[in-house]
Amino acid sequence: MSNIFLIMFGAILTENFIFSRFYGCCPFLGVSDKPSTALGMGMAVTFVMTLSSAATYAVYYLLLEPFGLEYLKTIAFILVIASLVQFIEMFLKKYIPSLYSALGIYLPLITTNCAVLGAALVNIQDQNSFVESVVFGFSAALGFTMAITVFAGVRAKMQLSDPPKSFRGFPILLIAASLAAMAFSGFSGMKF
Amino acid sequence: MLKDILTPALIFVGLGVLMGALLAVATKVFHVEKNEKAEEIAACLPGANCGGCGYTGCAALAEAIANGEAKVNSCTVGGAEAANKIAAIMGVEAEAAVRMRAEVMCTGNHTNAIKKYKYMGVHDCVAASKLGGGDKVCPNGCIGLGTCAAHCPFGAIVIENGIARVDHKKCRGCGVCVTFCPKNVIKLVPYDKDVWVGCSSVDKGVKIKSYCEVGCIACRICEKNCPAGAITVNDNVARIDYSKCINCGLCAEKCPRKIIETVGRQEKLREEKK
Repeated sequence: MSNIFLIMFGAILTENFIFSRFYGCCPFLGVSDKPSTALGMGMAVTFVMTLSSAATYAVYYLLLEPFGLEYLKTIAFILVIASLVQFIEMFLKKYIPSLYSALGIYLPLITTNCAVLGAALVNIQDQNSFVESVVFGFSAALGFTMAITVFAGVRAKMQLSDPPKSFRGFPILLIAASLAAMAFSGFSGMKF
Repeated sequence: MLKDILTPALIFVGLGVLMGALLAVATKVFHVEKNEKAEEIAACLPGANCGGCGYTGCAALAEAIANGEAKVNSCTVGGAEAANKIAAIMGVEAEAAVRMRAEVMCTGNHTNAIKKYKYMGVHDCVAASKLGGGDKVCPNGCIGLGTCAAHCPFGAIVIENGIARVDHKKCRGCGVCVTFCPKNVIKLVPYDKDVWVGCSSVDKGVKIKSYCEVGCIACRICEKNCPAGAITVNDNVARIDYSKCINCGLCAEKCPRKIIETVGRQEKLREEKK
């Protein structure tokens, strides 16, 4: 049981997907301009990452490993995750339209987001069990959601500030992101 | 050797076919009936999602029109062109939609309107209006921080010398700026009418003269000169009834304080700037 908590704690804080592993930087910088859109993106990532962790676990241990095809895991995962997202999208559209409209455009956007693929690959690397994989996927996505939402707040503050002309726009964004990542590196001392 | 190539190839073909079949079945099982009319109507709308019609976006309006909840000419931005196309889809006659444009009923800029304090806060008219109604002495003047310009989906509003100006060529009359202006100085006027009153102040003439060089002093010269009787001076400010206005431009010529603006004069100003 303590193992599960360790995985959660590690995935959310010490090994945060954005600030420590640098996965998913594209949506992190792309859709963090408003807290509401950032939260929407985070929700969609959480949804997909949890399910894809379970699906890729099954594909790896039931299909790839028995045939000795571990070296093809990346391409197999891309295939499985992409189909899974498409399937989930259709399912939601039919049965949970409110969730579909809430996740909206973000769902297809993250079809093969590197953070989603990264979670699947890290699961294999760490040799997580099924439950551990799902917990890892879920909490890594929670860490992602937290990071992107916090950063959206930073960006909202930044809009009111007046940086020098050469820093305006994207440069100051990257500087702010690096400062946030540095702050998060403080957690890396908390290894158990 | 051959086995090493064939096994992964077969497995991946199998996986691909399986996923493909799953998605193919899913499209059938999870098929959602869509309103085809709504999609066709949405294609006729401008797609700016300005919200000028009162719905959350073009798609929402298209659905409402398809369900018969909204009129075919509800989109002021698309104007008569869109209304006719939508009417054809819905199989009804389109009523003529009057194309509107926004105009700012204030001309007091940095040079000709006096301020009561120096505003250094957040660059937003709503925030500024909370501080004693804005920095201008005039209680009804444009604050000029560009909240309207920031919200204009068509980029038709510019701030020139501390006053909002509508570029009538770009304005589509959606009315978003009207809802965001905290001082209510932006009004919609019919697109084909040239004149509008560049003042909203209801203070008396003597008082206006003390703080603004371009305030309406309610002298009633425009009212007396209007051949169509379209201008009335109420509450110390001239107002134009556009249903009567014949677009002669006499009021703009006669106004002693030159506050009745015309599209021509605005264009001249803009060209001089260039």
